[in-house]
Amino acid sequence: MTAVTQKQGQSATLASRRYKKKSGFVESWNRLKTNPGAMFGLIVLIIMVLLMIYSFLFITKDDVMAINSGNRFKPPSAQHPFGTDSMGRDLFKRTIYGTRYSLTVGFFSVAFGFIVGVFFGTIAGYFGGWVEEIIMRVSDVMASIPGMLLGMVIVAVLGPSFLNLLIAIGISNISGFVRMARASVLSVKGSEFVEAARAIGMSEIRIAFSQVLPNSISPLIVTATARIATSVLAAAGLSFIGFGVPVPLPEWGALISDGRNYLSLAPHLTLFPGIFIMLVTFACSLLGDGLRDALDPKLKQ
Amino acid sequence: MIDESTTNSEVVLEVEDLVVHYELKNETVKAVNGVSFSLTKGRSIGLVGETGAGKTTTALAIMNLVPKPPGVIKSGTIDVCGYKMLELKPKQLEKIRGKEISMIFQDPMTSLNPVIPVGDQIAESVRLHENVSASQAYDRAVEMLELVGIPGERAGEYPHQFSGGMRQRVLIAIALACNPRILIADEPTTALDVTIQAQVLNMINDLKKKFGTALIMITHDLGVVAKMCDDVAVMYAGRIVEKGTLEDVFNDTKHPYTEGLFNSLPDISKKGTDLKPIPGQIADPTRLPEGCAFAPRCRYATDACREKPPTIHQISPTHFVECTAYDDPGFHIEGWQNHG
Repeated sequence: MTAVTQKQGQSATLASRRYKKKSGFVESWNRLKTNPGAMFGLIVLIIMVLLMIYSFLFITKDDVMAINSGNRFKPPSAQHPFGTDSMGRDLFKRTIYGTRYSLTVGFFSVAFGFIVGVFFGTIAGYFGGWVEEIIMRVSDVMASIPGMLLGMVIVAVLGPSFLNLLIAIGISNISGFVRMARASVLSVKGSEFVEAARAIGMSEIRIAFSQVLPNSISPLIVTATARIATSVLAAAGLSFIGFGVPVPLPEWGALISDGRNYLSLAPHLTLFPGIFIMLVTFACSLLGDGLRDALDPKLKQ
Repeated sequence: MIDESTTNSEVVLEVEDLVVHYELKNETVKAVNGVSFSLTKGRSIGLVGETGAGKTTTALAIMNLVPKPPGVIKSGTIDVCGYKMLELKPKQLEKIRGKEISMIFQDPMTSLNPVIPVGDQIAESVRLHENVSASQAYDRAVEMLELVGIPGERAGEYPHQFSGGMRQRVLIAIALACNPRILIADEPTTALDVTIQAQVLNMINDLKKKFGTALIMITHDLGVVAKMCDDVAVMYAGRIVEKGTLEDVFNDTKHPYTEGLFNSLPDISKKGTDLKPIPGQIADPTRLPEGCAFAPRCRYATDACREKPPTIHQISPTHFVECTAYDDPGFHIEGWQNHG
């Protein structure tokens, strides 16, 4: 008797559970967890984000801008972990404050390039014909100008500010995604499941974005994480030559540019921002590699 | 022999003089050259023929899914439940595909999207045609899965986690999710092993009876036709050469090609005797002969067969054969030895 009720209870839980979807996200996460490189990258990025939040809460603009001429070129110490710069400002605070620029540029410029580029790349690859010709030729023109130069031109036209830096790097990110998305869509669009989707009455545009694109998304995500690294570098580079965030603000590239003048006197001025740039780009690359493996459902066991 | 419950004069599909060519740079492949047939509610017709006979192109044309270019529908009308498929705009076609007429593809390994869980793929088909919420559609998907014999809790799994037979059942679930009036099955069991074949065929039969779906079964397997179909249309080089009820075609075979098909079947009761395959290759669809396309391979062929297109002869109200030899009232094929 008890056995029967127990069995009924079991089948009841089964029945209620059967309607729940298994989350693809959880499975991908479980696979990502087993990849030490990706976890290292993720942890570094999380620490960076936490530092950024910390800087928003506890470091004011005055803290990083106020000049203290009696405190110049102090080497790293307990009071100033990264030492002080040519104007006696605490480099630790300035570097931490700078995370907001690099992370924002890295994330938003890639997100912008990704959304615009993947949209047009998918359209070009899936529909072909004159639509493809126009999109690809425009993208070729954009790709033919070196990213750094394009960024400089855009900033020169719009004027140096953080937002313009973001737009400049975002635009230079587009063409890579267009070509990447088109190539992976081309390799998928002849599949039989595309035909099958037509046979159940799906519209072409919906097939392109709901059936074909998910199959080509993993190389795009890997590219995107790699592009975050290069975008952080590009932002630092543009700031280094004075085309990025206006000077007194502590963007990492600007910090290095500032420290360059005192390289023999106070090497820590270039070292610490350099380490931060390296950590962020390295972490992004590692995470990108891990994501590629984790997002591929064919590897699921 | 006709089951009363499935006899209903409502015509759900009418194909009239369908001609489909693939126009390539250097040559024109004449895939379908004047195919006509009709299908009434709940009945099933088998399209039989060798590879390259135009069966799949006919099926794709019915859905208006012939890839263009290079495919060109030269002439013909296709009427699906009152809709003229060849005249509709894409938006209207999308409403009919999957709702009135659905298709199961040959290869279950490649016909499912590898990155979308099967439950979502079935639900997608429901959401396209019915005004239901995402969770209602998903519930329906789970029901459909159970209907085809797959536990509902597997709905969240991906196609690669299923075996070939189960994937084919998922495809059937997708095709039948909106209860279409016509189901086209394009060699649904070719890629499966025999034990699974029988399961899948039985299931298609059960679901067909349950929903009253009309079925077009495309196959080269006469055994499948015998099991599944009420009517048979034998195709050769893009034309239907013999058409009739299952009994007409199987027990009163008229066309030499149909005879050849039966003679090339191995028969377990006549072990040791040689098979009699049809000599030669299927006609090259880029260079079809003037006369009967089968004449070069036909042992009854006369000069008349080679010179002018074959004539159509009505044997009985349901039985048609397209063969010039029957101009001579005394002609008959030698007949194939009745199988058990």
